[in-house]
Amino acid sequence: MTDMAEYILLRHRDIPGLDQLETYRQNGGFEAWRKVVSKMDPADVTNEVKASGLRGRGGAGFPTGLKWSFIDEQSWPHYVVANADESEPGTFKDREILEFNPYQFLEGVAICAYAIMANDAYIYLRGEFWQIANKLDQCIAAMESAGFLGDKVFGTKTSLHLHTHLGAGAYICGEETALLESIEGNLGQPRLRPPFPPAFGIYGKPTIVNNVETLTNVPLIISRGAGWYKSTGTEKSPGPKIFSLSGCVNRPGNYELPLGTTFRELIFDHGRGIPEERKIKAIMPAGASSSMIIANDVALATPMDYESVPKLGAQLGSASVIVIDDSVSIPWLLNKTVHFFTHESCGKCTPCREGTYWMMHLTDRISQGKATMNDVLLLQDVANQIKGKCLCALGEFSIEAVLTGIERFPADFEAVTVKSNS
Amino acid sequence: MNALLQKHADEIQVILAKYPADKAGKRSGVMPLLYLAQREYGYITKQALREVAEICEITETEVTSIIGFYSLYYDQPSGKYRVQVCTDLPCALRGAEEFLEKLCENLGIKVGETTPDGLIKVEAVMCLAGCDKAPVFQLQSSEGLEYHENQTVDSALELINKLRQG
Repeated sequence: MTDMAEYILLRHRDIPGLDQLETYRQNGGFEAWRKVVSKMDPADVTNEVKASGLRGRGGAGFPTGLKWSFIDEQSWPHYVVANADESEPGTFKDREILEFNPYQFLEGVAICAYAIMANDAYIYLRGEFWQIANKLDQCIAAMESAGFLGDKVFGTKTSLHLHTHLGAGAYICGEETALLESIEGNLGQPRLRPPFPPAFGIYGKPTIVNNVETLTNVPLIISRGAGWYKSTGTEKSPGPKIFSLSGCVNRPGNYELPLGTTFRELIFDHGRGIPEERKIKAIMPAGASSSMIIANDVALATPMDYESVPKLGAQLGSASVIVIDDSVSIPWLLNKTVHFFTHESCGKCTPCREGTYWMMHLTDRISQGKATMNDVLLLQDVANQIKGKCLCALGEFSIEAVLTGIERFPADFEAVTVKSNS
Repeated sequence: MNALLQKHADEIQVILAKYPADKAGKRSGVMPLLYLAQREYGYITKQALREVAEICEITETEVTSIIGFYSLYYDQPSGKYRVQVCTDLPCALRGAEEFLEKLCENLGIKVGETTPDGLIKVEAVMCLAGCDKAPVFQLQSSEGLEYHENQTVDSALELINKLRQG
């Protein structure tokens, strides 16, 4: 087992009380923030993050430093927005960071703000994280009292104000442009892109949107250096990653492991395998938005990084690994995921709004054993008509499991469908 | 007269100070102000809707559409407490559907209904980011929102009995 020598992101597991400002400070906290403010040029901060190879942990895996370098310097003011809308079924990593290691995350937000020369940053939390938002407000107030935030940070000319903003129950607000709309007091519906947020973000101003886990990596990259960071993970996917393991597994939970750890190690060593000695059947590596991977030896031996998972016809996404065992019927599962996406479609694009609705009715019928194989073909057809026709990824995500589930587990559909009369 | 503004002038000022001091910034206050109104009245009354619109300088229609879009805003009164159980895929794989069904059976209601004493509404909701600690529900009331994880029907009923005793 490749256990991490120490936790980088879930450091509270090594250091009790890390959610207290004084404990965090005594353990090297805010040193990176002090270093950038007093000794570094903003461009050097971006370059260090670029050199670390850090890639966005929200799902897309886009290089973080590169994103920061896209900030439009012709238009001001600039903003940072931290995406804490964590709502993907199977994902619960950001919640642990925010609850137990909040200062490392806030320090990451602050460093990002310095790098792009922003004086205000918003932390957008899903409405269900009401308690966490209250806690972050207290942490922000404590940092202000200590002189780490507010006007004249550490007695320098830099000023930075952090603000929390609660969503109100809408998965779509995890999509970055919908999130920006939501902060502006609008319906959380995605924008047409380009322009992208680094040119046209919140209030039409240049904005960097990063995921909570991504930002939590940043303080240690600054204090220990890009070279140190790259010593974990793979060449193209460096660093640690929090894998949220859920579903049919003995020990579900968050596991911080190097990118490139195999599915087998995560599920069988860390997760202690499948309950009641049932057999593993499928893996969804990116939550409900995932393709369904057949859990054979090849898949289990595959390293979980941004390059290897696509070879299995899937994506790593936010690394929310849902394990499916042989007691689970794939038509039932698809009915679950499709219900979710139907409920969460924002209604802006017709293919997604109507397509998820029809997929819901079809999967209702199929999973209840009232459908023929023609209905399965129709489901496939509807899914294919959503493909590539929506403004954002939600529509696209809603069909991943449907199409791969039908293609890779045909026997499950034959088992529940009735013979057609025609 | 704007009752919300009068009663919570300081808190509203703190909320609006988070956003730019212009028209766009005022509009950003709509979501936090709707939470404030909901806390004050138990749900968003017609009166509160008008007051929020006035403070944010947007139309009542716009506020109405926001209430309709986001699932945590309520424009109708319901049970004092909402027990909202996640039944999405990862939770369902860990028995959340059976949990919800048995809980409702014990309370003598169907999913989505409120107990006869008008106190507890039990609902199925979408993912709460508590997948490893299923069954999980959030308990919503005018005082706020809290998570209850690794639940059994017994532990949930125990909590509900406590709520009933006030």
